[in-house]
Amino acid sequence: MLCRRIIPCLDCDLAFPDGRVVKGIEFKQIKYAGIPWQLAAKYYEDGADEIVFLDITASKDKRETMFHVIEKTSENVFVPLTVGGGIRSVQDARKVFNAGADKVSINTAAIKNPIIVNKLARYFGSQACVVAIDAKRRYVKDAEGKTVIKTIQGTCWFECSIYGGRTFTGIDAIRWAIEVEKRGAGEILLTSMDRDGGKDGYDIPLTEAVSERVRIPVIASGGCGVLAHIHEVFQRTKVSAALAASIFHYETHSIKEVKEFLAERNQRIR
Amino acid sequence: MGNVKSVYNALKFLGATPTIVDTPSKVDGDKIIIPGVGAFGEGMNKLRRFIPKLERSLDSGIPLLGICLGLEVFFEVSEESPNVDGWRLMGGRVEKIRTALRLPHIGWNSIEIKKKTCPLFKDVKEGYVYFIHSYHAVPDEDVIVATTQHGCEITAGVWKSNIYGTQFHPEKSGILGLKILKNFLEV
Repeated sequence: MLCRRIIPCLDCDLAFPDGRVVKGIEFKQIKYAGIPWQLAAKYYEDGADEIVFLDITASKDKRETMFHVIEKTSENVFVPLTVGGGIRSVQDARKVFNAGADKVSINTAAIKNPIIVNKLARYFGSQACVVAIDAKRRYVKDAEGKTVIKTIQGTCWFECSIYGGRTFTGIDAIRWAIEVEKRGAGEILLTSMDRDGGKDGYDIPLTEAVSERVRIPVIASGGCGVLAHIHEVFQRTKVSAALAASIFHYETHSIKEVKEFLAERNQRIR
Repeated sequence: MGNVKSVYNALKFLGATPTIVDTPSKVDGDKIIIPGVGAFGEGMNKLRRFIPKLERSLDSGIPLLGICLGLEVFFEVSEESPNVDGWRLMGGRVEKIRTALRLPHIGWNSIEIKKKTCPLFKDVKEGYVYFIHSYHAVPDEDVIVATTQHGCEITAGVWKSNIYGTQFHPEKSGILGLKILKNFLEV
C-alpha cells in the first residue's frame, strides 16, 4: 500500500544569486524564508517525501539561477524533485530535467497551449508531467456549463488562474483536471487560491471534487496552518499527498512532527 | 533515457566515479546502470544500438542494473509499445498494472524481499521505496526478488546472474535507496 506523501514547497525568488525561498499570502504579500538548496537539504534529512520548487520570478533572464538551484539541490537530496514556474516548452522542460529535476509542473503554459501536456507526457512520460491548477471559488447560484459544488459558504464553481494568480481564465478547474488527465498528465497539484497563506486548512470541497473525478494522484495545496489540517485533508478526501510551505519554513512544525502526528492517527506514512 | 542526472548524483554521493555515456563505444566500466523514465518504445529504440556492446560486457561478467524502464526493457515485449521488441534478457512480458487503485503508481510503497540471497538487498530491512510507473514486469521465469502491493502484486525487483533490476527508483528512495545502490556497487 502506498503511503500518503508530505511535500514541502519552496517558492523561489531568483532575483538573488542563490535564490531565496519566499512565502506569499493569497498569492501577494511576500516574506523571506531562506536559501532554496539549504532548506531542501534540511527537509530531505527531516523525512520529506518529495520536494517542490516553484520559480515565482519565472523570468527568462533568471532561468540560469533556477538551473543552479536545481543542480545544487539534486547533489544532496535523494527524493523526487519537482520544478515549476515559467516552463513554456518541451525544450524548457528538458533543461530542467537535465539540471536534475524529476518532474516538471506546468500551469500557464498548459492552459494557453494544452497540447504541451500531451507532448511532455510523450517525450518524458506521464510520471514526469505534473499539471498545477490554481483554483478560486466563484459563488454563483447558476453557472452555466460549470461544475457547481456545494460548500458551507455557499454554492460555487472553481475558476483556473494563471500567471501566478494574476490572470483569471474563466476555465472550470474541475473540468480542466479531467481534461489534463486525458492529455497524459501524471499528477495534479491542486492549489486553493482562497486558502493559500491563510492557515485555515485545505479547501476540502475543492480537493474532494477533483480527487474523486480523476484517477491520477492529486496533491492538495494551499491553507495548511497546523498539523491537523494535513490529517483532515487525508481523512476527508482521496488525495495522495499534502503540500505545505509556511508551517515548515518558519519552523512551526518539522516534517518529522507531521509524520509522528499522522502515524499516531493511523495514517500510513513513510 | 530519462533523467540520468539523479542516478549520477546518487552514485557520486556514494563515492563512485560515474560516467554518463551517449555512444556505445564509450561503454566502459566495472558496473553498468540503465536508468529510465519514459515510454518503452522510445527507450528501447534509443537503447538498441548499445545492445551488442552491453551484451559483450554482460558476457564478461560485468554487473548490470536496470532502473524502472531500465528493468522493463530486459523483457520480451511491453503492452505500452506492443510493436517494439524488448531486449529479451529475461522471459516474460511487461503489462499495465491491473488495479482498481490510482495509476500511475506514484509514491512510497513497502517492498517485500522474496529472495534474501539477492546481493541488492544485503543488510536491507524491508521498508519504503519510491515508485513512479504504470507498467510492471510479469516474468515467466524465476527472477522476481522483491514485490510490492498496489491493489495487486507488482514486481519490484528482478535478478538473473549478473543482471539486476528495480522497478522503484533507488536514487530517489532516501537512505534505503542509497543502501541498495551501494550494494550494487559492491556486487
